[in-house]
Amino acid sequence: MSREARITLLVLVAVVAGAVVAFGAPHVLSDYFVRIILLIALNAILVLALSLSNGFTGVFSLGHVGFIGAGAYISGILSIPVQQKMALLPHLPGFLHAFSLPFLPATLVAGVLTALLAVVVGYPLMRLSGYFVSVATMGFLIIVNVVLINASDFTRGARTFTGVPLETTLPWVMGWLAITVFVLARLVYSPFGRAMKAVRDDTIAASAVGIGVLRTRLIAFVIGAFFSGVGGSLYAHYLGSFSPNTFYFALTMSLITMLVLGGMGSLTGAVVGVICVSLLSEVLRSVERGFTIGDFAVPALFGASQIVLGFIFILVMIFRPKGIMGDRELTFGSTQRSATVNQTEERKR
Amino acid sequence: MTQLDYILQQIVNAVSLGSLYALVAVGLSIVFGVLKLTNFAHGDVMMVGAFGVALLVGIGVPFPVAVICGIAAAAVAGFLIERIAYRPIRDAPDVARLLTSLAVTYIIENVGILVFTSSPRNFPLPDILNTSWEMSNGAITFTSINLLTIALTFVSLLLLGWFITRTTTGLGMRAAAEDMSAAHLVGLNVNRLIIVAFIVASAYAGLAGILWAAQAGVVQPQMGFTPLLKAFVAAIIGGFGSIAGALVGGYILGALEIFIVAFLPSSVSSYRDAIVFAVLIAFLLVRPGGLLQPNREIKL
Repeated sequence: MSREARITLLVLVAVVAGAVVAFGAPHVLSDYFVRIILLIALNAILVLALSLSNGFTGVFSLGHVGFIGAGAYISGILSIPVQQKMALLPHLPGFLHAFSLPFLPATLVAGVLTALLAVVVGYPLMRLSGYFVSVATMGFLIIVNVVLINASDFTRGARTFTGVPLETTLPWVMGWLAITVFVLARLVYSPFGRAMKAVRDDTIAASAVGIGVLRTRLIAFVIGAFFSGVGGSLYAHYLGSFSPNTFYFALTMSLITMLVLGGMGSLTGAVVGVICVSLLSEVLRSVERGFTIGDFAVPALFGASQIVLGFIFILVMIFRPKGIMGDRELTFGSTQRSATVNQTEERKR
Repeated sequence: MTQLDYILQQIVNAVSLGSLYALVAVGLSIVFGVLKLTNFAHGDVMMVGAFGVALLVGIGVPFPVAVICGIAAAAVAGFLIERIAYRPIRDAPDVARLLTSLAVTYIIENVGILVFTSSPRNFPLPDILNTSWEMSNGAITFTSINLLTIALTFVSLLLLGWFITRTTTGLGMRAAAEDMSAAHLVGLNVNRLIIVAFIVASAYAGLAGILWAAQAGVVQPQMGFTPLLKAFVAAIIGGFGSIAGALVGGYILGALEIFIVAFLPSSVSSYRDAIVFAVLIAFLLVRPGGLLQPNREIKL
């Protein structure tokens, strides 16, 4: 089978499997398992959005959760029913009181506005490299948090933002996941994707062959922010009520753990990381409620699951710094690696 | 209360807060200078020091002894963190090490919550440190813990200055900060220097944590995170990796924060932390070497 045919087949199988899960799972599985699948798919969107700049372009952002938070609040404000808006957010500007958007347009608007925010933020920040960009984007995350807490006319401040209709169902999330995977796969395995990896592997060489470093990074950052905003909107309509601290360091840490565990240079790796971490923390969470083995009662240890995840993160960093998948993709037959990666590794030897 | 008294009071507050930031930032800078590691776990070492004192005083240990034990506990914590988490990945890229230190933070804070719960508990302070002093008929007040913070910062930084300029180990640390492999080539035991750097930095963190808790009156497992982020800003303003820079940055940040709250309307000053981190981003973009290292270049 040629490479093209193999990828087409893979996409077809993935789409069919996704559709079967999306529409079939609620009939077969209990609500608990449907919720786990939904959360895995939702987190997969968020981690994939993160992987575009952090994994493929080498700009390790700690600020994407700021975009997720922005997307959640924007789509929340847009989609609270008009009758409730007066009561919940009495100080909103008049034009926002007058209407409320359905789920899909609210999500799209959230994605687009978040992407615009990313243009403004990214234009200066994408000049930075290494840990400088991580620290600067972390500063952005903190600024978003402060603004969400203080702009109480729009966000109810530190109080819980509530009243968002619960419309995030499994087919919606699977649909958005399919779009995310499709767009990112087209992007990463295209000439532009090669430019991204070139910028990641050797900035100077990339600009020497005429790749605009700032432009490449900015495009990756903005597209990632769009899907972060979309994911934020899905998150908002899944939770129904949330507060600024829902979108802060804890979420950042869990998304980064998923990304790093799965492998930063691989789309399927990102998904594998999400699945592993989600299932593991689900198991750990039921363990930490306490259980008994024979006569021996293990008491409830709340927070223990986070500790175990933290240790796993450090062990991965020490023993397998490229994650489970590294920069390989799961495809049929042989595994795919990008040419630039091979060349870089040759040079390092 | 006259205008002048109000300004003087704010200056007292700024110097006191700036001293705390400087103490934390100095520890961050020592570690960054030697290892080029952005150590998020530094804030949790502060927490270890403060909790150590709170627990020891709780079981009847005299306060000064508890303080010394708290600082020692922080130093041991720093040593263990380096040994267990940072040494195996010493040659990894910057970002991987930054993430590891985030994970260490995450583990320590969650262990703290597991053992002590996340609700704040009282920090016991002897009465002699809890008195407040007044000047100019009560217009300017400061507590003895304010004074002690400023004095201890001054003394401990003098001590650090002596250590890094006059002792062999201190000179070795500066050599390692300048060029790790050259230091290794001329026969310095780099491993030992890094351990010393962590122990010294963590002892400073322990002292800072105790003073921070004494001013706040409470200890809590996540208490180290906010001062850590602020000290980070202070260190970068001054010049990350430079001890003098951390000092300058700490006082500038303390003054900035106090004056934002004191002299700007509350609609602006509630955005204080946003302003502080905007300053951080501005420095990273325009002058990444900070005030004291203007010539340091970072590549795109």
